[in-house]
Amino acid sequence: MTMTPTMTKPAVADERVAKRNPLQKLLGRPEVGALVGAIVLFVFFASVSQTFIQPNAFATVLYGSSTIGIMAVGVSLLMIGGEFDLSTGVAVISSALTASMFSWYFSMNVWVGVILALVVSVGIGYINGWILMKTKLPSFIVTLATFLMLTGLNLGLTRMIGGGVSSPSISDMDGYASARAIFSSSVSIAGVDVNNTVFIWIALVAVASWVLLRTKVGNWIFAVGGDANAARAVGVPVKATKIGLFMAVGFCGWILGMHNLFAFDAVQSGEGVGNEFLYIIAAVIGGCLLTGGYGSAVGGAIGAFIFGMANKGIVYAEWNPDWFKFFLGLMLLLATIVNLIVKRRADSSKG
Amino acid sequence: MTKFSWRKTALMAAVVPMLALSACSSTGGKPADAGNAGGGGQVVNTPRMKVALITHAPAGDTFWDTVRKGAQEAADKDNVELLYTNDPEAGRQSQLIQQAIDQKVDGIAVTLATPDALKDSLKKATAAGIPVVSLNAGESVSTQLGAFTHFGSNEQLAGQAVGEKLAAQGAKHPICVIQAQGHVGLEARCAGVKAKVPGTEILYVNGADMTAVQSTATAKLQASKDADVIIGLGAPITLTLLKAVSTAGSSAKVASFDLNRELAQKIVDGSVMFTVDQQPWLQGYSAIDALWQSKRGGFKIGGGQAVLTGPAIIDESNAADVLKFAEQGIR
Repeated sequence: MTMTPTMTKPAVADERVAKRNPLQKLLGRPEVGALVGAIVLFVFFASVSQTFIQPNAFATVLYGSSTIGIMAVGVSLLMIGGEFDLSTGVAVISSALTASMFSWYFSMNVWVGVILALVVSVGIGYINGWILMKTKLPSFIVTLATFLMLTGLNLGLTRMIGGGVSSPSISDMDGYASARAIFSSSVSIAGVDVNNTVFIWIALVAVASWVLLRTKVGNWIFAVGGDANAARAVGVPVKATKIGLFMAVGFCGWILGMHNLFAFDAVQSGEGVGNEFLYIIAAVIGGCLLTGGYGSAVGGAIGAFIFGMANKGIVYAEWNPDWFKFFLGLMLLLATIVNLIVKRRADSSKG
Repeated sequence: MTKFSWRKTALMAAVVPMLALSACSSTGGKPADAGNAGGGGQVVNTPRMKVALITHAPAGDTFWDTVRKGAQEAADKDNVELLYTNDPEAGRQSQLIQQAIDQKVDGIAVTLATPDALKDSLKKATAAGIPVVSLNAGESVSTQLGAFTHFGSNEQLAGQAVGEKLAAQGAKHPICVIQAQGHVGLEARCAGVKAKVPGTEILYVNGADMTAVQSTATAKLQASKDADVIIGLGAPITLTLLKAVSTAGSSAKVASFDLNRELAQKIVDGSVMFTVDQQPWLQGYSAIDALWQSKRGGFKIGGGQAVLTGPAIIDESNAADVLKFAEQGIR
């Protein structure tokens, strides 16, 4: 290739900055494949089950999606930043256990425990990120280690402090009612009870999308996920960005943990194992690349919605639940293939 | 890599089934269909109703398959459409109850392994006028949560039954193997044994990985030479413990909880002393039947108390009879 220094402006506008066809612009978005999948799935379940489209049932679907979706927001951002976190499933439970057992053991207002849990959750994220940056080990290994340690801590500390395998109930303590109102109550919209988590989920997606697309930090996230060394070379604070992403995941884990706690009063110490994959699945269905540098928060949300529809839809359609995992795997495969095709088409053809 | 050839593929497609046919085994394999044992008979003439059975079962578990078979047989007899769903995670099991309410079922049978997580959605079921029974787990909280009765075996009692039998045989140092750390029911079983034989020691193993169960149990038996009995809390675990006993060259005898066909065979053979069965088929059957009875004439079985489906002790005296039914997958 030869570079010809051009002093004069070319007559024709550079194709790189030319306006693209809006349809093609839409097709180039990471979440398109998932969106198509979601629509297909919705139409499908709506046609096989009358219950599925009833407002009450749909609120249940949305609620189920939100419990995956809240975490998928953080996990999507992290994956765009080129890392992933296997400790998220149990970290949610750790957060809930911290809040409940601290307030129970010291007989304190529940809100003290809730704030402490926030510190612990974000702290777990910080430690994950810090070890990662310090050791340069793959995030798979580092977070696998924290996953195992947290699983053990959850079981061990719960037995040591609470004397059992689930945390003691905190439903009669000060501050419980107000915390429950925030983390786990439902709002009645036209006679349908919609759980708060749905609104929290939507708000998180909106904030995450704004950060990704409209702020400097968003550019940093894409940059560190695309190529960390190149990003460092142009002055992106790689270390701070990655640690920050892990802390954001921790924050999402805190919200979901608090929901689990206040929805059920008590938390089973052995739970959460395996859920980390659901969050990753949601992000991947939503168009986030495992290699980083590409994806969107909305995509993760659609991925979670697909998961929620498949999970609940099978029940409403009155099918044997044995098939759910197969169905989920198929969805994952199809959504990612559609993503790939759509993306290639949009990138290769000129508009 | 050689090039893909359609001709080769076609040849393979033709030859492989022929090979398969000529390679038929003369023993074992799937038995020829001997007709439907039970069920398939007359159905009651009450109107069709819809009942949800919601359990905390992990996918692909033999115990829960037996529960489901019992429930299905009752459903077939009672003209009930059975909607079976399961999720081992408390929060999602609670969502399944919500979904059953959305589907406007005529009754809900639910396991209460995690009562705290389920109480809100069960409250909604009661408010919607749906009768609820509980089964398997949650005897102590069943009525509080709105169920009119409970079908299950008391784990503590089952543990004590094992403990008593072991004490009668002079056991001093049994090892009670828990395959899921943090499981309330399993802890209660071992606590029951310990209540009768104070020398009982608890060993935690990872039940999801049978090789780990075997190696951990072997190590434990090698370390504690004076262990005289080892107790498995589930049939597959006990079968693995048998291997561990012979690997370790230990003289410990083997006792068990729950049942499956292989375990029944081992009791007939005498390599396992006895097992305590909570009769899971009966739990599924009775729960669905009770909901039908409630619809049929407003009947409420149990008088506000739990209906016990166990413990039933199976030892060499009755194992041969039980084995017959275990082969049909209902014990």
